[in-house]
Order: sequence, then C-alpha cells, then structure tokens
Amino acid sequence: MMSVVWVLMLTAAVLFGAASGNGAAVGAAALEGAGHAAEFCIEVGALICLWSGVMEVLKRSGMTQGLSRLLRPVLGKLFPRASHDSETMGALSANVAANLLGLGNAATPMGIKAASGMARLSPKGTASDELCLLVVINTASIQLLPTTIAAVRASNGAEAPFDILPAVWIASAGSVTAGILVAKLLAALFRRWKR
Amino acid sequence: METLSSMAAAIIIASIAIAGLLRGSDVFSAMADGAAEGLRTVARIFPPLVALLTAVYMLRASGAIDALTDLAAPLLSRLGIPAETTILMLLRPLSGSGALAAATELISAHGPDSVVGRTAAVMLGSTETTLYVLTVYFGAVGIKKTRWALPAAICADIAGFILAAQTVRWFWG
Repeated sequence: MMSVVWVLMLTAAVLFGAASGNGAAVGAAALEGAGHAAEFCIEVGALICLWSGVMEVLKRSGMTQGLSRLLRPVLGKLFPRASHDSETMGALSANVAANLLGLGNAATPMGIKAASGMARLSPKGTASDELCLLVVINTASIQLLPTTIAAVRASNGAEAPFDILPAVWIASAGSVTAGILVAKLLAALFRRWKR
Repeated sequence: METLSSMAAAIIIASIAIAGLLRGSDVFSAMADGAAEGLRTVARIFPPLVALLTAVYMLRASGAIDALTDLAAPLLSRLGIPAETTILMLLRPLSGSGALAAATELISAHGPDSVVGRTAAVMLGSTETTLYVLTVYFGAVGIKKTRWALPAAICADIAGFILAAQTVRWFWG
C-alpha cells in the first residue's frame, strides 16, 4: 500500500519535473529531503521525547484510570450492546482515555481488546454496528494535547506553539461527531436495506 | 489570555508534574522512562520520514504540487480550505509519516503562524491515519466485511479538514 503511494509520488515528481523543465531542481531536491528528516528528528524529536516523558508521568499517577471512569457512562450510551460486558467496556473506556491523552501506544492494545470483545457478539467475519463505530471513533483523532504538531510549530519558531489548541479541539470534536452521526445513519440505512 | 497561551507548555508540564508528585508517584523516573520511549518513537519514524520527505521535496521542486494545488483550488476555496493543503489532505488517511512530512514542509515554507501553516497544523492534529487504523483493528480481530466503517471514517476526516480550515480562518483569518 505505502509502496504504491511512495512510487506514485516519485514517478510524478520525475515525470512532471522533466516535462516542465524543472528537472535539475528535482535532482537537487532528491538529496534534500533526507537532511530535513534529520533536522526534524533532532529538533522535533527532542520535543517528542519531552512530551512522551510528561505523558508517562500522567499515566503513572493514575490519571488515565480516572479519565476512563469518567468516560464510562457516556460510552455506555453510544455502545448499548457492549455496555452489558464490563470487560469490553473497561477496555473501551481505557482506549478512549488513552486517545484523549495522546498515548497512542497504550490506546491501540486496549482498542483491540474492546474490538475482540465486540467481534465475539457479531456474526463471523462481519463487523457489527458497534465494532464499526469503535473503529470510526479511533480513526477520528480526539487528542487533547496534540504535542507532535506543537513540537513542529515550536521548532519552526512559532510564537505560541500551543495557541492552536482551541482550533484543534473544535475540529476534532466536529470530526468525531460527524463520524458518529454518519456511523449511526449508515447503520440505520444498512438495516433497512437488508429487509 | 495571550500570556496563558504563550505559557501553555510550561503550565501543562508543571501542573502534571505537581499532580503526579502529590499522588505519590516517582515523577522524575517516569519522565525519564517516558523520554526514553519517545526516543524509540523518533527512531521508528525517522526511516519512513527520510523516504517521504524526499518524495515531498521532489514533488515540490517538480512543480507537481503547485499544479495539483491549482487544480483543486476552485473546489477548495468554496469550502474555505487553503488549496496549499491539498497534498496534506491526500496523504493524511494513507500514511502518518507522509502527512507529517507534508505538514512539516507546509509549516516551514509558509511559517508556523501563517493561515496555511496553522491550517496544516490543525488538520494534522484533528484527524488520524484512517486506513492504517482500519487495517490494524479489523485485521487484529479477523473481520473481512467492514461494511460502512470506511465511508463513515472518510466523512469524519473530511469534516475535520473543513472545520480545521474554518476555525483557523475564524480565529486568525
């Protein structure tokens, strides 16, 4: 999948560069990207380490569990069938809490645990409505502190790297809401279409 | 409000550290262990970033990105989205490092406090690598028929892009 995307990008650059007379610039640019990647890893990478450390502090002081307890009743409303199974609900709320705190490494295993709990309730090999909803929620980022992008902004000399926070919250909340609404709508349409 | 937003990073770090200490955890070793984990993350994203930044810079130099931007401009301007972000929106659902590469290039070329730079940042912060997440989750639990999960997820991404552009225009436009 990624191979196709990458090869497409390279081919387009070479062909377009040759056709438009920018060939020499493309040749120079081919050796430029790697240096920028190294710059990225030193400047932004150091900040990624910083935030990853801060988030570990947050995790170890039990704040993820606290947040996941708060989320449980809300998630129970969105996932009525899964709400009867406390193990699945535990994994689900831990997944959403980890996503909110930007703990990607912790979110995925919890999400998969919740997904396998939901898969047990659905017909073999076919995703149930609630499983689709879980995946849709995970594809719409709901991070409270987008630290990587703030790090990129900081390394490029932004005046206040975190001043985009309210805009990120509005856009993510809207994107998750749109995802949930479309999910519920399509679930209803699929049910009608099946009859 | 201005002081608050420019002090955000300092306030967040200090308050998390204080809260952790009050709850009796060893905050300094947690911080160090987390930073070590961050180093592993950086080591993991460096190789794909080399590949993808090379491709993005080649595309930029060839003029292909400008051509694509011009092509998409009439539709995007109607939605209030800066056309420069076209390549970012195309890469976003496919590849996390590709999107990071495209956003980094936009932010350094247009400046982090420009409308394009901010829109790129908010887009990256409010969406996910949709296809990757879908593959990981459905793959892990052995689901072949994903029904309407992909269209719903793509709708969420599009809503995120439009809202990112609109809120940036609203706050800083």
